[in-house]
Order: sequence, then C-alpha cells, then structure tokens
Amino acid sequence: MKSLPVIFLGVFFTLAFSWTGVVLIPQQQFGALERQEADDGTMHPAPLSGLATQGLQVYLDLGCVYCHSHQVRRPGFGGDTEWGWGDRQSVARDYINQPVMVLGTMRTGPDLKNVGDRIPDAGWHYTHLYDSRLSHPDSIMPPYRFLFEKRKITGEPHPRALSGLGDQAPPEGYEIVPTRRADALVAFLLSQRLNYDLEEAQREF
Amino acid sequence: MSNSPSLTESIRPGADPHVAERARLGEIDESVRLPVLVFTIAALFWLMVGTLFGLLASFKFHNYEFFADAAWLSMGRIRTAHLNTVIYGWSTCAGIAVALWLMCRLSRTRMRHANILIVAAIFWNVGLTVGIYGILAGDMTSIEWLEIPGYATPLLFIAYACIGLWAIITFRFRTNSHVYVSQWYILAALLWFPWLYGTAQIMLIFEPVRGTVQSLVNWWFAHNVLGLWFTPLGLAAVYYFIPKVLGKPIHSYYLSILAFWTLALFYNWAGVHHLIGGPVPAWVISAGVVASVMMVIPVLITALNHHVTMVGSFGMLKWSPVLRFSVFAAMSYTAVSLQGSMMALRSVNEITSFTHFTVGHSHWGMYAWFTMAMFGALYYIMPRLLKREWPSATLIRVHFWAVALGVGTYIVALTIAGWIQGLYMTDPSRVDSFGDITSFTLPWLVVRSISGVMILIGHVAFVINVALILAAKPAKESAPTLFSETSDDLGKEAARS
Repeated sequence: MKSLPVIFLGVFFTLAFSWTGVVLIPQQQFGALERQEADDGTMHPAPLSGLATQGLQVYLDLGCVYCHSHQVRRPGFGGDTEWGWGDRQSVARDYINQPVMVLGTMRTGPDLKNVGDRIPDAGWHYTHLYDSRLSHPDSIMPPYRFLFEKRKITGEPHPRALSGLGDQAPPEGYEIVPTRRADALVAFLLSQRLNYDLEEAQREF
Repeated sequence: MSNSPSLTESIRPGADPHVAERARLGEIDESVRLPVLVFTIAALFWLMVGTLFGLLASFKFHNYEFFADAAWLSMGRIRTAHLNTVIYGWSTCAGIAVALWLMCRLSRTRMRHANILIVAAIFWNVGLTVGIYGILAGDMTSIEWLEIPGYATPLLFIAYACIGLWAIITFRFRTNSHVYVSQWYILAALLWFPWLYGTAQIMLIFEPVRGTVQSLVNWWFAHNVLGLWFTPLGLAAVYYFIPKVLGKPIHSYYLSILAFWTLALFYNWAGVHHLIGGPVPAWVISAGVVASVMMVIPVLITALNHHVTMVGSFGMLKWSPVLRFSVFAAMSYTAVSLQGSMMALRSVNEITSFTHFTVGHSHWGMYAWFTMAMFGALYYIMPRLLKREWPSATLIRVHFWAVALGVGTYIVALTIAGWIQGLYMTDPSRVDSFGDITSFTLPWLVVRSISGVMILIGHVAFVINVALILAAKPAKESAPTLFSETSDDLGKEAARS
C-alpha cells in the first residue's frame, strides 16, 4: 500500500469487476431483445407513436418519475397486482421501444406502467393533470395547469375544451384548452399498457 | 514537560522541532489556500441554494398550490434541482476542498501550479450552473443522479479531470515514505469518479444502451457515486480528523487496510438493490443483495477502528467542534450503512422500496454522515488556511445543534412514516384507498419541512461564521475556538497541532 500503481490497479480492477457483472454481462444477456410474436401474429410490445414519444419527453422534463414508478413487480411481491396496477409483472421486453428508462424509486403516487389500460379515458387524464383533486380529493399531486391554456371563447367553443372542472371551471366566456405538451403527455400515458402476453412474463419465480 | 530546555535553548527557534514543522505546514497550507477557499465558498453557495430548493420541494408536498403555476418550480424539477445542487455543488465541492488540503498535508508537499485548480473550479461551477438552469428550464434527463442535461456535463468532466490529475500529481511529489489511510481513500475516490461518471454519461446520455440495461447502468453509477466517491472522501476526512484532534494514532493501520479493500470490492456491486423486483435479471439483483450485505464487513471494521481510537476520549466531544461533527458523522456512517445492508434484503426491501423510508435513508447517508464529516473537516481547515480562529463559538454551537436535531428529526419522521407507508402499500387490504396512504404520510411530511427549517438555521449560522472568519484580520497568536472555555490544557494542545 505504499505506491500509486497498487492503488491504481486495485481501484481499476474492482470497478471493472462490477462493471463487467452489472453492466456488460446483462448487456450481452438481454441488451438486444427483439419484439415477440403473439399467436395471432401481432408483435409485442407495440412501438411508441410519434406523439407518445414526445409525451415521454414531457414526462422526463417534468420529472413525473420522482413520484410515479414505472414497473409492476411480480404477483405476491409488494402488492402491485393487488392494487390493480397490472395483471402481470413488467419484464425487460416491455421496455425495448422506450428510449429512456424511468423505472422510478418512489410511489408518492401509484405506478404508471399500465396506466393506459387501467384508465383508458383521455378526458380523465386531462382533468386529472389540470387538477388531480377533481377525481381524487386526497391527492397531493400538484396541478399542472401550465400544460393548459385559458382562452376567451370567440365564436364556437374549442371541441376539446375541458369539461367537468367543477369549482375549477373558468369564468363565463372562457375555456381551458390542452396545449400540445398536454396532448403528447396524455398520448404517452395512454400508450402505457401491459394488456398483452409475453412468454417470460408468465414465468413463476 | 519533564526535560525543560535551558533559557538560551528555549528562545532559539531552531531548537524547537515543532517550529520548523509548523513553518513547513504553513508553507504547504499557503500553496493550497486559494483553491481550497474557492471550492469551499462555492460549496457553501450551493449548500444554501440546495437547502432552499429542498425546503421548497418539501413544502410542495403538503401545499400543492405552492408555486403551482410556475413550470420551472414544479415538483419534479425543484426536487431534482435540490438533489443535483447538494450532490454536485455542495458535497462534491466540499469533498474536493477537503481532499486537496488533506492531500497536500499528508504528502508533505506544496500544491504546484494551483491556478489550474482555480480554472477547474470555475469550469465546474459554470458547468453546474448551466446544468441546474437546464433542469429548471425543462431539459433534465430524468435519469436519477444524472439529470444534468448533456450540454453541461462535458464541462463538468473537463473540470473534474484537472482536479483529479492535480491531486494525484501532488501525491507523486510526496516527501514522506508513509502513505496514510486517508490518502488511499482520496486517491481511490479520485480515480473511481471519472470512470463512473464518464462511463455512465456515455452509456446513458450520448450513446444510450437499450431497454432496462439503462436502469442497471443507472444504479451501478448512482450508488457508486455514494459508495466510491462520497464515502471514501468522507472516510478520508474522518480517518484524519478524529486521530488528529485526539492527538493519538488510529487504533490499527491493518484494520484500515482490510476495511479499504473490502469496501472497494463489495460497494461496487451493491447498487442494483435499487432494482429489487424490477424488470432485470434476478441473478444480478441477487449479486447486488449479497454485496450489500457483505458491506457489513468494512463498515464494522471501520466502526471498530474509530471506536477503539475514541475510547477514553469521549469527554473531548464536549469542547471540540471538529471532533463532535466528525464523530457524529462516523457514527452515522456505521448506522446508515448497516441500515442499508438490511434494506437490501428482499423481505425488507419489499416494504421500504418506493417509500419515504428510502428518502430518510439517503439523507441519513448524505447529510448525517457525509455532510457532517465535511462540516467537521472545514472547522479544522479554515482556521489553518486563514491563520485566524473562528470568531464565534456560539454560532458553531447553533450550527451543530440545529443541523443535528434537524437531521435527526428528519430521519426519525421519514423512517417511521416510510415503514408504515410500506406496510400499507404491500397489503392494500389495510386501507380503503391509495389516498388514505397519502393522507397518513402528510403530517410526517410537515415534520420533515420543520426539520428542513432547522437545518436551514444551522446552515445560516455556519455561513455567517465563515463570512466573519473571512473578513477578520489574521491573529498573531490564537487558540482554537472551543465550545467550552473550561477545557483542560491538554486538549487545547492536541487541537492546536
């Protein structure tokens, strides 16, 4: 322990050891997973649409991951399936079309890996983003009103103006319209579904 | 003083071996003063900014309308800005300041071409400012611990390369044959960090790997920043300052070698415990769980070594600020590491994962352990660099008690709340709805905000004291500022050397 080379080599090999184990071997093992063909010939998982990919960017820049995880653990481990967050666990293949991983480490709010299947109604997501307490009075999710525009109604009202805002409704003559970012985010949320089968997802552990 | 020198001997400076040694140390301190001061001041700036970001995020938990309409202050961004300012701003800058100073002192050599380090400090802080701005402006990556956008990170990397290289060059110029424990830890940290950071940047930001391999790279990196960057830097400080203040050597040099290499071997693999139950191969996770549990070995060895060194000297905690902060840090290191090994067990992780329990654990590690170690180190280093003593013992006392009680409250609140939250989440039949869990945690989150205010008070006291010591005039002769004026002279002597 008297010379730099000993420390240097020790430090190098310990880190190289874990990098090989934690990164390199898994990369060889499942870094190039392909989509899987179901019995009816469809390929799973389906690719993200252009709008949903933009929505992922909104998801990333707002940091949704810091309160919402994006993974369903296996039945019997941690209550994920009991909460109804998914009927099966999520597996590595479910994520291959997503450019950035947001598995998350916190559940201040519920898991979102299967949210598109759980709540397929786009309107619900818009109002929930605008003010989460309209659907969940106990929610502490901050309102994302800045994803919407308050406009004066001129002529016909906007076809996708938010309705059912209760006490959050805009004053007479105004309407709340989703921005492009809100549209993209909701498209991403709706694309998050675990409603298909993969062979490895059914395996018992 | 059994063999007192004669009168003529006593007034000849060369006769006192300590005079020559202190003059040499003074010269070494002088050579590294500016870079250490620049990094310390930058660290304190980020500490204050980070504390405010943290408080803001904490308030938003129980007051959802708080700055709700400002996108740049939204929950996800402000929480991330908090994490990145305290990690790359405060902790890294403070760690570098302490490491540079220790490296010069222990290598008994002056810092050569210290101006390069000033340039590096400017690069680092400009890069970080751009990065934090990027996070708030909406360019963050949402990859945990690597949220700073790709346009700022190369700047950080260049700055870091200069810093690491300069510290290693300093080690090459060492003039004494003995290599101290603290030096291995610093060298190891300096070599680990660029490999970790560079590899993670390439594999996640510039040429991302596919699918959940990203998550493995992510947690390999993020946990190793704790284990192979902050932990060695903190241990370097504690291994130096506890024996230094006590005026006695560390209990066992060989135990510290053993602890060093076992830490190097096991900590590496531990990060994947963040993915227990996740969509990655079970064998990697099992390896991570084993490594996490094996961490008990280096942690207990280190704890034993420090404890036996401290035995018989606990009374000195009453008056030495350096010792009190350092021992608080060392004890937290033991406790939080053992807790971490427990949390890596699948049965425990099932409950604690995805809850505030983990948030409490991370603050126990980064604050009660690492940050307290840095405070202790800075209380020792600043007076020696500036050749004057801390102006106010009261401010040190306020600092210690505010942050110690603050972080203690923080940890207790989130540990209890997180555990119960985890029990509810594991078994939905215990509650009526998810909202019940949220409602249950709210009072505890209010307590967290209160503890945050306490920590802020402590930081303000520290910053005022630093401002005062920077503004004060150098003293001709001074004794260390201690908590209690009635300390025995033996202790004062030890603290001065």
